[in-house]
Amino acid sequence: MSPGKTIEPLWWSLFSVGGVVAAFLVPVHIFLHGLALPLGWVNVSHARMLALVSHPLVKVYLFVLIALPLYHWAHRFRFILEDLGLHGFRAPIAVLCYGSAIVGTVATLWVLIRI
Amino acid sequence: MSEARPARPGLYYPKLPATWWLRRPGYVRFMLREVTCVFVAIFLVELLVIVYKIGQGPQVYADMVAKLQSPGWIVFHVVALAFALYHTITWFQATGVIQVVRVGDRQVPPPLVVAGNYVAWVVVSLFILYWLLVRS
Repeated sequence: MSPGKTIEPLWWSLFSVGGVVAAFLVPVHIFLHGLALPLGWVNVSHARMLALVSHPLVKVYLFVLIALPLYHWAHRFRFILEDLGLHGFRAPIAVLCYGSAIVGTVATLWVLIRI
Repeated sequence: MSEARPARPGLYYPKLPATWWLRRPGYVRFMLREVTCVFVAIFLVELLVIVYKIGQGPQVYADMVAKLQSPGWIVFHVVALAFALYHTITWFQATGVIQVVRVGDRQVPPPLVVAGNYVAWVVVSLFILYWLLVRS
């Protein structure tokens, strides 16, 4: 990399793509899986759920839904920690945040491929 | 390629207590907006666990849903939903400012861009509900 060049723009674009995904898709899924299904407002059989998550297109959807906002989290959480005064640990914080998102991405792939 | 990068110029950090964001309502709203990402991330990890449990069979999945019926989880999901909606609202608001949409030579007024986002969001959300609950 030439002097002054960083991979910062990559994290920024993942931040915004993940932010868009989170803004559009996460509320309805929290409502569904966190409230409507456990409280019995709606009912979806296990067979239907399994058929859905086994479908290749749904797997792609779930990958986008789960993995991309993890980078959104990583980027924001990194700056929350810095805003709270942890300036002395910029590098470890960045590694920990983006690293967690990468681990989450691998875990998501693993779960989706094995179903 | 391999020459050492020049040392970053010293960055200046104002000395602030960790509670600086409690000083003004605007700062609090800023911090609340930033914290939305934590709730989103926790829920997505949880969703991944749900997907995993679906793959483990009907009983494992039923146990998972039963666990999510506990008051603690319900409260968490109400709070998480509120934060997720706050993210959606603030994100669309920012989109209206950042994303310049042009039709011909004219710029679409930002409030219209924001409104378009809301319409798209409602359509997408209803479609997901329809897909999961009604179809087949």
